[in-house]
Amino acid sequence: MVPFAGWSMPVQYTGILQEHRAVRSAAGLFDLGHMGQVQVAGPDAVPFLQAITTNDVAALQPGQAQYSLLPNERGGVIDDIIVYREPDGSGFMVVVNASNTAKDVGWIVEQRAKRPDADVEIQDVCAGTGMVAIQGPLAERIVMSITDADLASIEPFSWREGLVAGVKARIARTGYTGEDGFEFYVANEDAPALWDGLMATGAEHGLQPIGLGARDTLRLEARMPLYGNELADDIGPLEAGLGWAVKLNKGDFVGRDAIAAMKESGPPRRTVGFKTVERGGAPRAHYPVMVDGEPVGHVTSGAVSPTLGENIGLALVDREVAGVGRPLEILIRDRPVRAIQVKTPFYKRER
Amino acid sequence: MASPSDLKFTRTHEWVRLDGDVATVGISDHAQGELGDITYLELPEEGDQVSQSQPFGIVESVKAASDIYAPFDGEVVERNEDVLEAPELVNSSPYEQAWLLRIRLSDPSQIESLMDASSYDSYAEQAGPH
Repeated sequence: MVPFAGWSMPVQYTGILQEHRAVRSAAGLFDLGHMGQVQVAGPDAVPFLQAITTNDVAALQPGQAQYSLLPNERGGVIDDIIVYREPDGSGFMVVVNASNTAKDVGWIVEQRAKRPDADVEIQDVCAGTGMVAIQGPLAERIVMSITDADLASIEPFSWREGLVAGVKARIARTGYTGEDGFEFYVANEDAPALWDGLMATGAEHGLQPIGLGARDTLRLEARMPLYGNELADDIGPLEAGLGWAVKLNKGDFVGRDAIAAMKESGPPRRTVGFKTVERGGAPRAHYPVMVDGEPVGHVTSGAVSPTLGENIGLALVDREVAGVGRPLEILIRDRPVRAIQVKTPFYKRER
Repeated sequence: MASPSDLKFTRTHEWVRLDGDVATVGISDHAQGELGDITYLELPEEGDQVSQSQPFGIVESVKAASDIYAPFDGEVVERNEDVLEAPELVNSSPYEQAWLLRIRLSDPSQIESLMDASSYDSYAEQAGPH
């Protein structure tokens, strides 16, 4: 077990490679009790969320979810989030990263205080909310046998209420692995029963618990950003390749001017995918990146890809050197290792 | 599980099997378990000199990269090319197939600074994850 944002979390249960492959070939179960949730309700919930996030909340129908960002005033990113609209349309739930929960809640409350006339209620529900995810090609089949919900009607990035393993849950077709699957939000005290019910039903399909190590390699292959690596207070959404989650035409929001200015001039740095093309070890976060011996940026995430068997990574580099097919050198233990930029995601599931 | 009693161990989790003035060196079972899936190794070449307690190589797991330290001064007389090609042998066979180097000791008395198997086992138990 390792300390992770104040929680004690297993890096691995049986082994990172084995767990990773189980999620790609069968299914894996994730204890995500450490993730944070904030409820935003009231008549002005939509304009309030529009003002503090980058994506277009108004486009969300009841029961739908979207990936979004909490920008700061300088156009950097405080956190990446999922915004769920309640199935009954009454309000929203914002899911934030474990390591950022206190910072995010503080920021949201501060933004609320700046708008005294807004009729909006903010409630930190982290402590009472349990979160469990099941991911993998067999996830739906496993859940189907222990739920009363019509899973087929739950589209990607939407959620419904239902009973799973006898537990009242909100069932979302979302995840962080590049596979089909669900994330369940339940009362904290119900999480163990849900976990046990899923394991009992799923074991025969190869379902197994997955630790933080494989969670990281899975999301990297799917090119999903990790806050603190691809995203930070001083890395803008356009630099991180997340322009699709920024809707500049939705009206004003925190950091809009800075992001719009960067769009106008073009982001000075780009996040690119690469793989190394000679021996030398795995690229890892913070390793320097060079071209022709000159520093051009740094690795934001890197690993041996368990699916591809190659050393892959994401790097934040000067725009002049960015481009699929163009070379980079990754400085691994002070030795340049040749790499080539490749298209991302590194892995895409067959549908 | 008890470590093989014919081996000596370092505080940095290398094992040593002495045969005359040549010693075979590898990574302990405890260490491979803590490192997790081993994916990459870097080792010195035949003829290279190594120095006691100085890093001579790198072992990478999915989780992290770690140094491998020389148990004593000496010259590399052979390295295991098979384990370079298949680093996962360190996980499956740490004391047999995954030997790393054979080193000719410069000063055989340095072997006395190493731990025996039972001392190492209690040391590893106390050290926990490293």
